Amino acid sequence: MAIAIKPVGGLTPANIGESLRRKPDLKGALFQFVMLFSLSISIGVLVVLLYTVVSDAWPVLSTRLGDFVTGTLAPDAGRAGISQGLKGTFYLCVIVAIVAFPLGIAAAIYLEEYAPRTRLSSFIEVNIRNLAGVPSVVYGILGLAIFVNGWGISALTGGRSPLAGGLTLAALVLPVVIITTQEAIRAVPSALREAGFGVGATKWEVIKDHILPYAAPGILTGTLLSIARAAGEAAPLLLVGTITGFISNSPGWFDVRQVQDKFAAMPTIITSWAKQPEEGFRVENAAAAIVVLVAFVILLNSAAILLRNRFEAKRAG
Amino acid sequence: MTKEQFERNDGKGESMDVLQIARPVAAATSDAEVTDNPTVLALKDLSVFYGDFRAVRGVTVDVRDNEITAMIGPSGCGKSTVLRSINRMNDLIPGARVEGDLKFHGVDLYDAKVDPVEVRRRIGMVFQKPNPFPKSIFDNITYGPKIAGVPKSEFEAIVEKSLRRAALWDEVKDRLDESALGMSGGQQQRLCIARAIATSPDVLLMDEPCSALDPIATGMIEDLMQEIKSRYTIVIVTHNMQQAARVSDRTAFFTAEADSENDRRTGVLVEYDRTERIFSNPADIRTENYVTGRFG
Ligand SMILES: Nc1ncnc2c1ncn2[C@@H]1O[C@H](COP(=O)(O)OP(=O)(O)O)[C@@H](O)[C@H]1O
Ligand SMILES: [Mg+2]
Repeated sequence: MAIAIKPVGGLTPANIGESLRRKPDLKGALFQFVMLFSLSISIGVLVVLLYTVVSDAWPVLSTRLGDFVTGTLAPDAGRAGISQGLKGTFYLCVIVAIVAFPLGIAAAIYLEEYAPRTRLSSFIEVNIRNLAGVPSVVYGILGLAIFVNGWGISALTGGRSPLAGGLTLAALVLPVVIITTQEAIRAVPSALREAGFGVGATKWEVIKDHILPYAAPGILTGTLLSIARAAGEAAPLLLVGTITGFISNSPGWFDVRQVQDKFAAMPTIITSWAKQPEEGFRVENAAAAIVVLVAFVILLNSAAILLRNRFEAKRAG
Repeated sequence: MTKEQFERNDGKGESMDVLQIARPVAAATSDAEVTDNPTVLALKDLSVFYGDFRAVRGVTVDVRDNEITAMIGPSGCGKSTVLRSINRMNDLIPGARVEGDLKFHGVDLYDAKVDPVEVRRRIGMVFQKPNPFPKSIFDNITYGPKIAGVPKSEFEAIVEKSLRRAALWDEVKDRLDESALGMSGGQQQRLCIARAIATSPDVLLMDEPCSALDPIATGMIEDLMQEIKSRYTIVIVTHNMQQAARVSDRTAFFTAEADSENDRRTGVLVEYDRTERIFSNPADIRTENYVTGRFG
């Protein structure tokens, strides 16, 4: 070789090959193994869970899935269906979306962009975080007291109705919507704000044209996940009061008047069926209803991920 | 120049050219030399605070029309702070406030009747790191005019004019619809200059506009500044002394010194003069030490 290697820091042409050789990294390998092990446990639990549920539900799923989804609540396990539960859960989700999203997003924008940093505002922030940790059954008590029995409000909600349940669930997810929106807004680079203000945008223009579009993927994911959570909550609905036996009238899917009527919901149907002595209800029908509810939640989550990816691709240009 | 021009303008149907400031013809201040251009920005004994902390004090600088004024000094001496107080960008930082005088064509920029949004339309800003909007090249440039109420029919002309002035037109004229984020750093910074120009500002503030760029891109931006200074008044912060010497007509040298009020160091203006004097024959020994590289 024409170029001589200069010995640097004790390196010589003789030992440089040895010094550059890869050495086994035992600690690193062990750590990697431990992490992989933890991951397999979590996934394993999930797989076992799904397997038991699907195999319990199999008699229903394989023979009468269509009838099960379109059928109504009935005393006969072989004929009972969940259409009223699906309808109820659908309306609950719609009400949550209509009520909690605008309120939560607006509250988050106010807290992040407008509220002066005072002791009062940090007190409010801390308590929003606390509210997110309040057990859902407490929201059920709130819903029962205010939205079902509240003076004047009960006339509006119709008592034990999807409206009362939806408002209760909206209150339940509101803190989560606020927090995730706040976090998405905080993640907006300050350079983008400065760019907007720098060309003479007003505060509102900066929020509307730059901050919200940039934060949209994060806001969207958070809000759709909170809908998924609302769809799966049973405890507050048990208190608000859903029907799990037999509903006399069964309006069509898009008859909006039913938001003030008696209603059923998926999680409460599952809870009630799982308590029945009869095996057709306790095992097969309950498991089948769980499969349908899980499919619904997975659908929502996938939609959240897809939409977020699309927004993010748009943001990156 | 009247105060009314600063108050929020709904801009309906009014083009930016109408809003552009008429340059005072022979309004040179009495103490100025005969050859001096009229003063655009007059900073007089300006201090800027972040809460109780006085970040910089004693800034007295006359920024003159169609000149490039450089601010140099060690980092932390308040150059960005002063620059950002000129277009009221510091209003965005809670607790930030100024003391002293800051006049733009004779109007007190911190008068209660002055709308900071209008100020920023007339005093544009280019930041240290290129910060294009995550939008197309075209939309980046038209955003400022759009919110100022300029009719859509003028957009194409504005885009071409701004990009030409920013020496970027030939490189991007065929991909105006593409995202600005796909451009190189130097192109992004020139786009940011084009975006600032698009609102027809009177003054351009640049905060270390080349510090994230390679020497070739830096050279292009320096050339571009020389090109456009006949139309705009430019204030540039740089910690590259050669750059200040190359591009500027006047230079303000800042340093940081211990403050009697608290134990943090406060920036202070040491000397402000024509650039050749600052670099060849400064009046203050601290300036001399700094420009000759003997700064301790
Ligand atoms: N947003 C802020 N809040 C509080 N202090 C700040 C802020 N920005 C800058 N400072 C302080 O003000 C002083 C001057 O900073 P800056 O203007 O950025 O200096 P330069 O641009 O000359 O490097 C520094 O001490 C810095 O820590
Ligand atoms: Mg700086």
